[in-house]
Parts: sequence; structure tokens; C-alpha cells
Amino acid sequence: MNKVRRNEFFLGVKDTLPVMCGVFPFGLAYGIFGQSVGLTPAETIAMSLLVFAGAAQFVSLPMFAEGAGIAMISLTALLINLRHLLMGASLSPYMKGMSLAKKAPLSFGMADETYAITISRAQAAGYSALYQAGSNAAGYVTWAVSTIGGVFLGGHITDPLSWGLDFAMPATFLALLIPRLVDKVSISVCLIAAVVSIVASIAVPGKWYIIIACITAVAVGGLMERGTADEN
Amino acid sequence: MRTEIMLTIVAMAIATFLTRFTSPALLGNTRLPDWFVRLLKHVPTAMLTALIAPALLAPKGIVEVALTNHYLIAGLVAAYVAYRRQPPIATMGSGMAVMLLLRSISV
Repeated sequence: MNKVRRNEFFLGVKDTLPVMCGVFPFGLAYGIFGQSVGLTPAETIAMSLLVFAGAAQFVSLPMFAEGAGIAMISLTALLINLRHLLMGASLSPYMKGMSLAKKAPLSFGMADETYAITISRAQAAGYSALYQAGSNAAGYVTWAVSTIGGVFLGGHITDPLSWGLDFAMPATFLALLIPRLVDKVSISVCLIAAVVSIVASIAVPGKWYIIIACITAVAVGGLMERGTADEN
Repeated sequence: MRTEIMLTIVAMAIATFLTRFTSPALLGNTRLPDWFVRLLKHVPTAMLTALIAPALLAPKGIVEVALTNHYLIAGLVAAYVAYRRQPPIATMGSGMAVMLLLRSISV
């Protein structure tokens, strides 16, 4: 029994490691960038440990450099991370009946990557809180270690984002996405999300394109299903 | 550590945690309408696509459908490997290999 449970945790870790190859250079870059805008090593690392959200952290750095206030910076973090509402909503049916005390730490560790790995596994083979905890742990440790690496090795490494490792994220997500495209509805959802996200990523500042594309594509998917349900 | 900076970081942390915790906390224990649950099933596909598509097709902020777009070429290879039902590690490995190869021959 105990062994099975431990296996779920380590399976979550293992499934998450490939995409972490792509996260690592971002953590390094964040650590280096944090130093360059004048945050102390402790502040730079504390942000990774407490906030644990790459995009919001990156965006905050120039704001810290310009001396923006607490309200402005935290509100920006809130807006950038609004996509978590959708991700959390799609995980919530699986977390039904769980206590808030258990949901809270699991939610804290939900990032783009750990969400993608966890929901794919939940839909394919069933949800496991330990699996999600393992995925979250892999994401958190990677983010913490790479930030610390960037802070202390910053002067010795060339721009980590030029290594090409940033491709690990789309590559891993493709491995999760392609098997999902099994019928007309799922393929339509994908195509609409692709077109809308590309247009919106160019036309709209920030990370709004993810939310805009996601809501549009999900709504169309829902309408299509309603159409087919009416036919039956 | 400066107090004001640390307070700002803590405020960011709280704001971010709220975005993560709100849905599971509020939606978790009530029974959701069936149509809503059906909509939610599409979220992963839409979210994965929205994270991938701009990164592959417009990596520099403009749409770039060309052989010089390494992200697109490597992405097509990875997508093909995934389509052939190969394990995720093969999808990622082939995509990364193509990516690094293109980088090394073009620079």
C-alpha cells in the first residue's frame, strides 16, 4: 500500500522532469536578471520560493527597477496569473471532497507545466493527489535550484535562453496535446486556440492571449457538442 | 533584505496563490452543472495549444512560416513523432535534437 502511494509520487516527478529541461534556463535567466535590476540574492530567491510563477516574476523585475509600488506590482502578478482560474477550474472536479487544507498546498504548486502533466494523467488514468504532489515538487525544486544557480553563477554563464532549451516546453506540451486530438470537436478546439492565441499574442500585451484563446476555444467546443447532442 | 521589497514579494505571492486556489476552493465541493464540466474538459487542449502555438509560429512576436523558423521545424518533427504514438520522451528528444542541430548549423 505504502509502496503504491510512493510510486504515484515518484511517477509524478518522473513525468515532469522532461519539461523541466525547459524551465531550468528560465530560472537561471530570472536569477541573473534579478541581480541586474538590483534585487539582492535573498530577495531574488525569496520571490521564486514564495511566488513560484515565472511569467509574473519576470514582468515584476523591470517594475522593481523603476520603483513601482506594492499595489501596482501585485496587481500585475494577479492579472498575469488569471489563467490559473481556468486551470484550477478544470482540475477541481478531480479534487472534489478533498479538504481545503489539502487543496491549498496542491494549488500552490500548480504552474503551466505541472498542471499540464497532472491533468493529462488525470484524464488518461485517473487523478491522484500524490501524483500531482510529485509533479509540483519537481517543478518547485527545479525553479528554486535554477534561480539560485542564476543568482550565484550569473557572471559565468552566457544567456541561458539562447541555448535552445526553451524548446523543451513546447516539445513536451506537443507530446501531451497530439494524443488528445481524437475527434472533430477536439481538433476544432485546438485549431481555434492556435489561431486566436497567435493573433492575440501579437495584438494584446502580456499573457492575456492565453486566457482569450482558451475561453474562445472552449466555448466553441461546447457549442459544437451541444449541436451534436441536439441531433441525437 | 529591504522591508518594502519583501512586502511587495509577499503581496505578489498572495495574489498569485489566490489565482491558483480560488477555483479548487470554490468549485470543489458543490456539484457543477453538466454543461460546465463538459466545457472544462476542453480546457487542457485549449490551454496546451495556446501555450505552444505562439511559441512555434511566432517565436519573435511576428508570424514566421519559414524554414528559418527553427521552432516551427522542430515543432513539426516533434508533432509528427507524437502523432505516430511514440512515447513522450521520443517526441521531446527528436524535437530537441532537431532544434539543437538547426541552431548549430545556422550560427
